[in-house]
Amino acid sequence: MTDMTANPALNADKPAKVETPFQRFRAEFFESKIATGALIVFLIIVLLAVLAPWITPQNPYDLAQVSVMDGRLPPGSEAFDGYTMWLGSDGSGRDLYSAILYGLRISLTVGLASGVIALLIGMAIGLVAAYAGGRIEAIIMRIVDLQLSFPASLVALMMVAALGKGVDKIILALVIAQWAYYARTVRATALVERSKEYVEAAQCLGISRFRVVFRHILPNCMAPLIVVGTVQTASAISLEATLSFLGVGLPQTEPSIGVLIANGFEYMLSGRYWISVFPGLALLLTVVSINLVGDHLRDVLNPRLKK
Amino acid sequence: MSAVLDVSGLKTHFFTHAGVVKAVDGVDFTVSKGEIMGLVGESGSGKSITGFSILGLIDPPGRIVEGSIKFNGEEIANANEERLQNLRGNRISMIFQDPMMTLNPVLRVDTQMMEAILAHESVSKQAAWERSRDALGLVGIPSPEERLRAYPHQLSGGMRQRVAIATAFLNKPDLIIADEPTTALDVTIQAQIIHEAQKLTKQTGTAMIWITHDLAVVAGLADRISVMYAGRIVEQGGIDDVIDRPLHPYTVGLLGSVPTANRRGQRLFQIEGMTPNMLALPEGCAFGPRCHARTDTCHRQPSIEDIDERRLRCFNPQRTAEVVK
Repeated sequence: MTDMTANPALNADKPAKVETPFQRFRAEFFESKIATGALIVFLIIVLLAVLAPWITPQNPYDLAQVSVMDGRLPPGSEAFDGYTMWLGSDGSGRDLYSAILYGLRISLTVGLASGVIALLIGMAIGLVAAYAGGRIEAIIMRIVDLQLSFPASLVALMMVAALGKGVDKIILALVIAQWAYYARTVRATALVERSKEYVEAAQCLGISRFRVVFRHILPNCMAPLIVVGTVQTASAISLEATLSFLGVGLPQTEPSIGVLIANGFEYMLSGRYWISVFPGLALLLTVVSINLVGDHLRDVLNPRLKK
Repeated sequence: MSAVLDVSGLKTHFFTHAGVVKAVDGVDFTVSKGEIMGLVGESGSGKSITGFSILGLIDPPGRIVEGSIKFNGEEIANANEERLQNLRGNRISMIFQDPMMTLNPVLRVDTQMMEAILAHESVSKQAAWERSRDALGLVGIPSPEERLRAYPHQLSGGMRQRVAIATAFLNKPDLIIADEPTTALDVTIQAQIIHEAQKLTKQTGTAMIWITHDLAVVAGLADRISVMYAGRIVEQGGIDDVIDRPLHPYTVGLLGSVPTANRRGQRLFQIEGMTPNMLALPEGCAFGPRCHARTDTCHRQPSIEDIDERRLRCFNPQRTAEVVK
């Protein structure tokens, strides 16, 4: 029984197909129907938001196009300008379909921008903490603990109260509220990775500290970081909606999803459900689809759950 | 032959909360060009720490407290980090025990090998790639172009260790420290790896320190051997002298406990007791309490003496190996 082909050293003519970790990851990700569906839903939402100016009948920010005459129309009514308001209109006469898509633009921008910035900042701080050790690590991690002992919504609320309204300020507030999650995740993973032998081997090759941290340790910390990143982005979007709902986020003239929900809130008991419910559904769909993708990413990237 | 490495009186201690661990406590040896020196001992005898001390990679709470490490005549014990980083992977390379752990799982083989070249020389990426490919060919890896593009998980254990060896030889170092490079491999692969390492040291004139606990490996590979026990060298000499006529009771015991074909059916020799706790070494000779040849003199610390063309740290050299049988 000499199966020569079983020995890779002897099977030089037909080397195995080189499969990158990314290809393997992609194949595993699309095995789940729910996650694939959630990803498609999320991509459609992004596409609709990006294309909003071309596929909506009204620009809800352009006051010339908004008429108070159209206020509080139920879904399916015809607007003064002649188009149909499939999802009805709100108290100021904004077509809800248009307003939701424009609102999603703001929500997604805020969520993704704050997610990416918080990730970069938290990652750098976490890596420094893990690699420096000693007093620097202790100070950084106590600040992280302190920050995480407050609810993120409270931190964000305080920041917005201090900074004022506006998209840039909201993003800044969310970054301040969320960097600590990333820092803690990166530090924990980097500590585990740093003690692995490949780091020692890299040091023995005379590779500089900077390169060891960023080229060798960091890529090995990416898996948990991606998972935390998706979940935190979803939470940033709902946090922004919360702030706007409370009236401290974005101004009435730039309605994000949270502002739209807040606008309809006063009409809820009078039967005009659509003003709050449709923006609420849009928010729900966005957050749930991102979370489903994040959940499945965690399963795929967790080596302990590997088949 | 000129000494590539001259270690004398090396002491590396770890200052832990429980006390001072004298992991390496006065080690002397030299390695010449093209020579393979076997550094043998049980787990915890300080052989790996000796290797890391040479590379200057002792993490706190440990540090080199005494002794000198002369590399090509240059003192590198406690040299500055910049100088050491320059030497590591360039003039002194290291090969590790577990090839599954020493390659970065998310970087391709070519990335990791080229990095080792580019860290020390400013050559083009193309040149670095070609040198990596040639190095893989040299250690007997078929179709090196394919292997360069692979990720570590796509290679077998033996293949990965070949990659590690090729990486160690990339910059034509003067010295390679191999820390149990064959322990994690099965015997057939072990033999191939030893063969490759031996061939390359002869070809390139690289000196090598081969750290292991496997006497059979050292017997077939090394030119000289140093046996370590509890942070000290207890016996040092030419490989044939030490393996055929061990003088130190510990060496005698180690050799007696290796099963061989010509002592079939006989009971193997067993060294009594356990490796000592490095925080509470016994008075006098550290091996004393476990020694089958101990006498009253052994409560004093034996110094290392020249005897029969070798160095020995024992009051009662074993003139015959018969005691074992």
